[in-house]
Amino acid sequence: MSEPTVVTVGAGMFADAVAGQAVDVERVDWRPPMPGTEADLAAVAVDPRRPGANRRAVEAVLGVTAHLVDVAPASEVLGLEPGQFLHAGPPIGWDRASGPLRGALMGGAALEGLVDDPEDAVALFESGSSVSLEPCHHRSAVGPMAGVVTPSMWMWVLEDRASGRRTYCSLNEGLGKVLRYGAYGPEVLTRLRWMGDVLGPLLQAATRSVVAESGPVDVTGILTQMLQMGDEAHNRNRAGTLMLLRDLAPAMVGSGADAGFDGKDVAESMRFIGGNDHFFLNLAMPACKLALDAGRDIPGSTMVVAMARNGTDFGIQVSGTGDEWFTGPAQVADGLFLGDYGPDDANADIGDSAITETAGIGGFAMATAPAIVRLVGGSVPDALATTRRMHEITLAENPRWSVPVLEFQGTPTGIDVTRVCRTGILPQINTGMAGRVAGVGQVGAGLVTPPAEIFPQALAALARAARQTSAGRSL
Amino acid sequence: MTTPRMKDHVELRSGAYADSVTLLQVSRAVQAAPGVVTAQVAMATGLNLEVLAGMGFDVPDSSPNDMVVALRLDDDADVATALAAVDAALVPTRPTSGASAVAPPRTTASALRRSGAGAVVLVSVPGASATVEAMDAIEAGHDVMIFSDNVPVAEEVALKTYAAERGALVMGPDCGTAVIDGVGLGFANTVRPGRIALVAASGTGCQQLLALLHHAGDALAGQGRDGVGVRHALGVGGRDLSAAVGGLATREALRRLDTDPDVDLVVVVSKPPAPEVADALAREAEALDTPVELGLLGRGQRDLTAVAEAVLDRLGHTAPEWPVHGADNTGPATGPLLRGLFVGGTLCDESMLMATEALGPIRSNIPLSGDLALVPDELLVDDHTMVDFGDDALTQGRAHPMIDPTLRNDQLARAAADPATGVILLDLVLGHGAEPDPAALLAPAISAARKDRPIPVIVSLVGTDLDPQGLSAQREALVAAGAEVHLSNAAATRRALELIGAFQ
Repeated sequence: MSEPTVVTVGAGMFADAVAGQAVDVERVDWRPPMPGTEADLAAVAVDPRRPGANRRAVEAVLGVTAHLVDVAPASEVLGLEPGQFLHAGPPIGWDRASGPLRGALMGGAALEGLVDDPEDAVALFESGSSVSLEPCHHRSAVGPMAGVVTPSMWMWVLEDRASGRRTYCSLNEGLGKVLRYGAYGPEVLTRLRWMGDVLGPLLQAATRSVVAESGPVDVTGILTQMLQMGDEAHNRNRAGTLMLLRDLAPAMVGSGADAGFDGKDVAESMRFIGGNDHFFLNLAMPACKLALDAGRDIPGSTMVVAMARNGTDFGIQVSGTGDEWFTGPAQVADGLFLGDYGPDDANADIGDSAITETAGIGGFAMATAPAIVRLVGGSVPDALATTRRMHEITLAENPRWSVPVLEFQGTPTGIDVTRVCRTGILPQINTGMAGRVAGVGQVGAGLVTPPAEIFPQALAALARAARQTSAGRSL
Repeated sequence: MTTPRMKDHVELRSGAYADSVTLLQVSRAVQAAPGVVTAQVAMATGLNLEVLAGMGFDVPDSSPNDMVVALRLDDDADVATALAAVDAALVPTRPTSGASAVAPPRTTASALRRSGAGAVVLVSVPGASATVEAMDAIEAGHDVMIFSDNVPVAEEVALKTYAAERGALVMGPDCGTAVIDGVGLGFANTVRPGRIALVAASGTGCQQLLALLHHAGDALAGQGRDGVGVRHALGVGGRDLSAAVGGLATREALRRLDTDPDVDLVVVVSKPPAPEVADALAREAEALDTPVELGLLGRGQRDLTAVAEAVLDRLGHTAPEWPVHGADNTGPATGPLLRGLFVGGTLCDESMLMATEALGPIRSNIPLSGDLALVPDELLVDDHTMVDFGDDALTQGRAHPMIDPTLRNDQLARAAADPATGVILLDLVLGHGAEPDPAALLAPAISAARKDRPIPVIVSLVGTDLDPQGLSAQREALVAAGAEVHLSNAAATRRALELIGAFQ
């Protein structure tokens, strides 16, 4: 036994008594946990499966490298049939869907030719007879904002080459009046058709050519680099977008002609990608999902594997509780608004993009993208404090994704339901804000947290499972 | 409906640049300025020009590298004032100081990521949350002392079982005292360093041994002989030697001390243990390389002072005279009944065991058998009584009597007022964590108790001259108040029993 340092949690007088003996003391700033969670926290704490399960979950997540292997229509890679619509967040029906999700579904129905005028789609979805809604997450996919995916949309295909598992995400449309923010005007549909006719097939040809010549694109590697270039990969994807363009541009030029596209199409596509700072978000998201899915379904693990919002509900899934969603009302972000828009115009939080925070980037990596914190009028020290605060609720640090300004500390990875309940610290999410009314589009951007009550819900389910297991063992 | 009269001001600033986030902030700040109806400060990108057009602003021909300042003002507002607000908002603000300070850790797990590899964790949060914090420590491979009480026994077993797999030691729950390499945790005395180690399922029992061995070490050193002293005192929690827990932490502590080359002798102290656990412990102790002295309290077993004497004997020393001060204060018993009022549970146990042999059954709130129980509302009955004020039932919603002596002092006054009271037996425990000057609170209560008639007040004062309170100063205050002060609780008890025995 060597000269100890002492960590104290609880009464200050004991810390003082130790400090009075000239011994180093680290004091925990302990506060009571979320109300009513004490017994569940203790049950989960002593669940003998938990430490190993969480270790395995973290290792699985950190072990995944996401590669871009293909670009293809959702009908091919997801088996999506006409009338089937994917959406962001936990399951929801048209009756409870928010404005932006309804707007995106209406635009999607028009894109697929189910209706001529998007407004006519309201009746279609109200009847529900020939259409069905399903979360992206249930099909290994993720979608930003409304996250609506229809059969004709082209998807990024990412693969974990060790296991062969794949995840999918649509191509990013840019900012402003776009389908994912619930806009469905003619310019939205025109852009989507161009993406289906030109951008998607061209990216497919380019990606396949890159894969054939030099192997698939290491998306996890791009994330590693962009996190050191001022991006946090949720609300800021500038460096990532340009690195992707760097990797794909030669093949777009080289294979464009073979695929039947002229120089004008190639130039237009490159301009579109380079002019859209968020283009890489749709690769960051499925890369995060690919990693987190590796941590799913480990009995006893308290790690969050998905956070997602459908504009009405905020839901989380946890490794130790399978596919169950724990949901509560989605909150409105605190942030800055475009033009005349204000908080009353904003819809509640929406999108699968919180998968980035779930994987330890986005709001969790705020320290590496200080510009983002100014969305709520914060300062650079706020950004550093946010990332440090997220370490309080996470299980590990990601050695690949490091933050230079924090001495290259790894990003906080693996949200632990128990630590959220213990500290009351909620995951910090950077997000865009959609207009409340269908068709409006983006109204701002800001910061948001999940509704607190979903964490005690998930904890209760984990505690039930722990008690059942322990009862089973003692029989 | 009348529309208020307004005016627009739009200007382009070539070569000015700020990122879009900054400009959104600037716009918001300017919107809040007096006389401003709405404002948009933005780079003249296509998207922003659309937004400006949507707001009804007329923007002149521009390039995306121009900054547009578009203001809509009340008709009587001053454009220059509004532009000043724009300029002010465009100046970046910097925090003045202290903002980069790192916030303290919120969980034990987080603290352990920041602390040394050998850090010991001391948990004193409410019992309902203690297990969670302790698990953090064990999971990270650290030893943990759990001062908290009211931890369910099933959680204690789970913690200790998991700790055994990880080679970590769980001291507690309800562990009041530990000394690790001379550093006291919880209620602990400062003692001479040495080569003895204690394993204690009892806080005040541990402190009694610390005090006695410290005194013996001083006396030996005064004779020019190698002093004895205590290197470690590892608490294990009062329930560790119960049937439910089965000595899990005691076993880990013994395993660890057996391999410590700086430990010559291990002493195990406990409140009365479960017999089968005591038997198993005795067998395991036999198998260790390091000699183990078992000081397990119980009927027919040795008292703590006898254990200390056996330890000294085993190390080849003769025990010193245990000090007594103020014996002149004490006259004959003033009544037939003995009143023991304790802050230390193990000291109370020890005295009860001795008194039961001399006087027969003793009523108590921690009775030796259930039929002798006292309830908190009625601690004074027409029989010999011994009360542990540190018991859970008497500390609910209040601090431990080592910190807040109110309850015991009240009971002391009640006992003194009872004509049947013949002798009052008290303890007082010094050390880290205890009240800074406990004698200052107890001495006036003793004086008051002896005001009307000279009731003998016998005090076992457990502490050392190295303790923050100073043993001699505390002792003098008690003696001056009329008490007879012992270092040995067994000696104090024996003295009280003699006085009661001699009462006619």
